[in-house]
Amino acid sequence: MNDKEDIVPSEGAELADQGYSAAAEVGVIKARRTFAQNVWRGLKSAPPTALFGLTVISIYVIFAVFAPLLAPYGEAEIFPMSYAPWSEEFRFGTDQLGRDVMSRLIYGARNTVGIAFVTTLFAFIIGGGLGITAAINNNGWLDNLLSRSVDVLMAIPSLIFALILLSMFGANTLNLIIIIAVLDSTRVFRIARAVSLNVVVMDYVEAARLRGEKMFWILYREILPNIMPPLVAEFGLRFCFVFLTIAALSFLGVGIQPPTADWGSMVRETAGLIQFAEYDFTAAMTPMLPAAAIALLTVAVNFVVDWFLHKSSGLKD
Amino acid sequence: MSEKNSGEKGDILLEMRDIVIDGYSDDRWHEIIKGVDITLRRGEILGLIGESGAGKSTLGLAAMGYARAGCRITSGSIIFDGMDLMKKSAAEKRALRGTRIAYVAQSAAASFNPAHQLIEQTVEATVRRGIKPEAEARADARKLYRDLQLPNPDTIGERYPHQVSGGQLQRVMTAMAMSARPDLIIFDEPTTALDVTTQVEVLASMRRIVEQFNTAAIYITHDLAVVAQMADFIKVLRYGVTIEDAETRKMLSRPEKEYTRSLWSVRSIDKKEQRSDDIILKVDHIDASYTGSAKVLHDVSIEVPRGSTVAIVGESGSGKSTAARAITGLLPPSSGQILFNGKALPPTLKGRSVDQLQKIQMIYQMADTAMNPRHTVRDIISRPLEFYLGLHGRERDDRLMELVEMIELNESFIDRYPGELSGGQKQRICIARALAADPELIICDEVTSALDQIVQKGILELLLRLQREFNLTYIFITHDIATVKAISDQIVVMFQGRVVEQGMKSEILSPPFPEYTELLLSSVPEMDPDWLTELLKARAEGARATN
Repeated sequence: MNDKEDIVPSEGAELADQGYSAAAEVGVIKARRTFAQNVWRGLKSAPPTALFGLTVISIYVIFAVFAPLLAPYGEAEIFPMSYAPWSEEFRFGTDQLGRDVMSRLIYGARNTVGIAFVTTLFAFIIGGGLGITAAINNNGWLDNLLSRSVDVLMAIPSLIFALILLSMFGANTLNLIIIIAVLDSTRVFRIARAVSLNVVVMDYVEAARLRGEKMFWILYREILPNIMPPLVAEFGLRFCFVFLTIAALSFLGVGIQPPTADWGSMVRETAGLIQFAEYDFTAAMTPMLPAAAIALLTVAVNFVVDWFLHKSSGLKD
Repeated sequence: MSEKNSGEKGDILLEMRDIVIDGYSDDRWHEIIKGVDITLRRGEILGLIGESGAGKSTLGLAAMGYARAGCRITSGSIIFDGMDLMKKSAAEKRALRGTRIAYVAQSAAASFNPAHQLIEQTVEATVRRGIKPEAEARADARKLYRDLQLPNPDTIGERYPHQVSGGQLQRVMTAMAMSARPDLIIFDEPTTALDVTTQVEVLASMRRIVEQFNTAAIYITHDLAVVAQMADFIKVLRYGVTIEDAETRKMLSRPEKEYTRSLWSVRSIDKKEQRSDDIILKVDHIDASYTGSAKVLHDVSIEVPRGSTVAIVGESGSGKSTAARAITGLLPPSSGQILFNGKALPPTLKGRSVDQLQKIQMIYQMADTAMNPRHTVRDIISRPLEFYLGLHGRERDDRLMELVEMIELNESFIDRYPGELSGGQKQRICIARALAADPELIICDEVTSALDQIVQKGILELLLRLQREFNLTYIFITHDIATVKAISDQIVVMFQGRVVEQGMKSEILSPPFPEYTELLLSSVPEMDPDWLTELLKARAEGARATN
């Protein structure tokens, strides 16, 4: 797999019988690469599943960003014909109020994916920040307080808890984001605390403490860069769960509220059409489209996460 | 297995010719070993010495026909007892390992499975290869434990790895290697992680057992004095090529190459001791304990004069690092106080002002873990400049360059990450980081013990030069007496959390010695091949005399 030409005699061989100098000691010097070069190198060695996942995610992102340009009609634009069949005019028909399903699918990418992304981000800021703080405060009162509170939160099934909280505070997008983020941050807290504990004991963290650094510096500059790989992988995984939770809540009617287009509620609204499969197969497919969009994205993200985890675990084969 | 050990002493057992080994890093194959030959006869011990990165361990593993992950043996021949290992299949080579060729690794603690009893692991290979039935192998293992002078040889095998000390574990590993009575044992720095006092015992028992069974051995180390005790022949490696090859006595007395001579001269630094009455730091009768456990420091008092070096010596567990933690404020003492420039230091880190923190800096043993792997050298050295001195922009960068030149490195190092530096260079960066704070007192916690001797010398000389230039005060924590001789003005000897002796270097290092100091001093290997033999004889006589 490697030619003899690849072998570069390491520097220093000719120095072998000379005296000592500090600058001449041999360390392994890695080639300097720009971020773009690193990305390209990573992509070249990526397995096909990861490439597939990346492609799918990119397509979703393009649809989410350019939704108004790509969608044939507006998000909540109502046509006089409800439950219209698939046709030239309405590619995937219309829903119970006469809104174009294809347009809503495209806007749904923006809403569902966007909200899930923001929620996951919040979950990571809350859970990650507190997790590292708890690790720095290892076994102190703050660590115990945070860890036990997280235990309590995790003891309650999160979907049911989310349902209760959403019914209490009202089902709007802001509440949805905050509630899911807080509930999900417990998982992030645990992983962030666990990986940070390995870093906190390092001498360089102690050195920073001895220097008199504030908590934020230690958290952000000393620890965070060293725990990024597992956190990034976890981000992908958590994103999937959050995304599914939001879809499930929307399906139950307490998630993203109409008229905002959202895949979970679209499945619910058009679910009844599935019983007409023997008369009009395409009509029965209508609720399957948003469901498929959810499934495909979840699979794609998982492929990418698997690849990333494998890379960051340092396994060679 | 009747043909085993059939060869006579003096027959060639292992012959390696023109070995070339490549290592894979940064997407390319680099030659690590560039055509090295080894000839080893039965009953002989070959010492392989060199700095880290010289390829010693890689070569040692190649003697078993093995290349670790990311390495490959590209050419050469390895003939072991008439068999060409390069032509053997993986299964055939595996059958030899653990039975006819054994390996003793550097870190015994990391090499044992914590979930199994020691004796199970000792006899595992022997029993599984069907060399001896289990009962016989276990009886033999107990005999080996006794030969290796382990305490309670009949029951120690029933313990688990964490229940015995590092030195004992290293000896159990030797017993494991011996269990199948191999023809060849490869020792890879087996005593590097041990205290001097323990090292002597381990060396003595290894040497005895190798002689007893007429086993050939390759002994890998960077410590010349150790290899002088063990080996019949010495091979000096550097950058994957042989520098010099000779019989031990000849190599020690008349080294031919410049590099070999420079290795020999490492222990030649000498510092004239200075007296001073200007006390910068006074540790006043402190006790300390880690929460919920027994006291680690008992009534420790240390005085540190300005501009001098105080060495704190003792074996691991003696409380020397704990004393440093109390001084830095990481472990507040439970009683007593610490005076810095005549004023009491707040006991906890939180209570201390930035100014107080700035004046006391620390350099760690493991430079690897003392620097954040995600920060460049620039980040690492600039931070104290910004944090303590408020330097920014040009001013900071100029000072950064000055510091890097002060530690004898150059501009090309500034944007490297710690992973791209050698061990000595890393330690130099840590020194620069401490200097950047413009401190008065620097605590050096075993700063050279993880380094090769030639690199140690460079670091010690640097520290001495900086001390002269900036009138720095050092507290130098170490277990290495050679380092103490090289750098200190005053010595504090610690044992089990107490200060045993304290005074000027010349007083402490001249007789009469208290019992513990004597043991510590006499355990430091010397470059004389007869040193261990003489020492053991003297100790045996001493023991007989007291009986």
